[in-house]
Amino acid sequence: MKRDTSYAAVMARKNEIMKASLGIDYERYISSPVAFDYERLMKDTGYSLDDIARTQRETKVGDTPLFELTRLTEAVRAISPRGKGATILLKDEAANASGSFKARRASISAYEAKKRGYAGMIAATSGNYGAAVASQAAMRGLKCIILQEVYDSQGIGQPEIVEKGRKCEAFGAEVHKLTVGPELFYCLLLTLEETMFFNASLYTPFGIKGIETLGAEIATQVRARYRRDPDVVVVTHAGGGNLTGTARGLLEAGADKTRIVACSVDLSGLHMASDRDFNRKSFTTGHTGFGIPFATLPDRADVPRNAARSLRYMDDYRLVTQGEVFYVTELLAKLEGIERGPAGNTSLTAAVALARTLDRDQVVVVQETEYTGAGKHHNAQLSFARKMGIEVRRGDPRENVPGKTIVIPERLEQVTGSEQSMDKLRISYLKNAAKAHPVKKWTDTDKAFVAADVKKDVAWLESALREL
Amino acid sequence: MSTVPTGTWVEVERVVLRPDQRAPTIPEDTARTPYVMRVSGWLLAPAALGQPARVRTLIGRELEGTLKTIAPSYTHSFGEVVPELLDIGTAGGKP
Repeated sequence: MKRDTSYAAVMARKNEIMKASLGIDYERYISSPVAFDYERLMKDTGYSLDDIARTQRETKVGDTPLFELTRLTEAVRAISPRGKGATILLKDEAANASGSFKARRASISAYEAKKRGYAGMIAATSGNYGAAVASQAAMRGLKCIILQEVYDSQGIGQPEIVEKGRKCEAFGAEVHKLTVGPELFYCLLLTLEETMFFNASLYTPFGIKGIETLGAEIATQVRARYRRDPDVVVVTHAGGGNLTGTARGLLEAGADKTRIVACSVDLSGLHMASDRDFNRKSFTTGHTGFGIPFATLPDRADVPRNAARSLRYMDDYRLVTQGEVFYVTELLAKLEGIERGPAGNTSLTAAVALARTLDRDQVVVVQETEYTGAGKHHNAQLSFARKMGIEVRRGDPRENVPGKTIVIPERLEQVTGSEQSMDKLRISYLKNAAKAHPVKKWTDTDKAFVAADVKKDVAWLESALREL
Repeated sequence: MSTVPTGTWVEVERVVLRPDQRAPTIPEDTARTPYVMRVSGWLLAPAALGQPARVRTLIGRELEGTLKTIAPSYTHSFGEVVPELLDIGTAGGKP
């Protein structure tokens, strides 16, 4: 019997397709529309931190260097108040197979897929995760399909995503290059159903467990060299997995005083599903278009319950402009002698601004880098932006207007970023949760889950709910 | 139009959803356009540009579409020079 492949029919089969392609029965963990047993879901993967590290070593993942950015730290101290200017460290995740921390996420999924006898794995992603899945699949002898959103309706490809597609094909993957639209998820479901491959979603417990080694390595490396725990770890934030996994790893290593700071590029005003806006942004991820919706509604993901729950672990959220990140990317090359891609440089930008406010003996860690090159390089992005009619100039970065103007700072002092209110995010999370399940029906279990999910206690929650 | 021989590395294109079949919640500018997919593979039978074609992909699957490009290649680059970046972090030099 030929199955109905219309949009509505395939979306209606979502749960059964997910169950077959993930091998996880989420119903076992879900207790209500707003709550589930998160820790049990994570624990049932059966992996300890040591198991993950061992598995990752088999496929060229982990044990990446931690660099002290000495000249950048000096430059920050030169413009900081007396006694201020924390040491800036950089975890060089570009050293992983496939060139980004995403290899950590893909590694456990690939291991699971192989162990369970799947012939291949599939991921729908326009990011580094595609190359990571393709690379890990290659090493495990699995077939791989990557679905990516790369072209606008004129057939113009975002240069960074074009490069990521090239890398996936270089690792032997079949790459579906799609135009703009959320129907990427529909295509994912159809392809999963057709191939019976493993769903290497970014948001499964495997996808998050794989990152915990990153947090643990940071704790170990900082302690060994600086005889203290990292004071602040800055994480580029989009879907929430990077932040969740890193924070969990730090906690597991006992670094429970470390502040976890999220950072995203501010792309407010641009619509993520707009064909026109698609090629008028210079960052394809690590931006507010993903960061804010995923923080406030984590279960909007492509799995029944998202294992990436950023607000559960986030202490602060910093926003930076496109121009500020381009300035700091250039400074990294000129002062530190390394070229790296946009994802890590986003959190580096926030770290530079934060370091000025921290004491000299404190340590701030930028927890990832990614590879750069043709298409991904900031010169490639700025040149493309200009072709798409975006104004590019030097000046005050506060004059940045996403989709219209990129203003690259003139001096390091102008790199300040801005603060995203955490309480605003928490309230927005509560409103979304209330939409999913009326507050008057919330049980004590629901309340305890929701409070933990926004890193607050039940007393705070009760008071916030009264004002909702 | 000349026919492309079997075994040539090509790219095919396929309309996955027509504008009237697309997701209900997308912005108006996107909703006007079809949802299109491209994939590369080896041509399984001779075909002409713009005509239906069948390919075998890198992982051995067989997919159909319209023949779009012969020998698709990557031409993305570092772009044209962006003078605004050059003097960042340098000791000077710009007159």
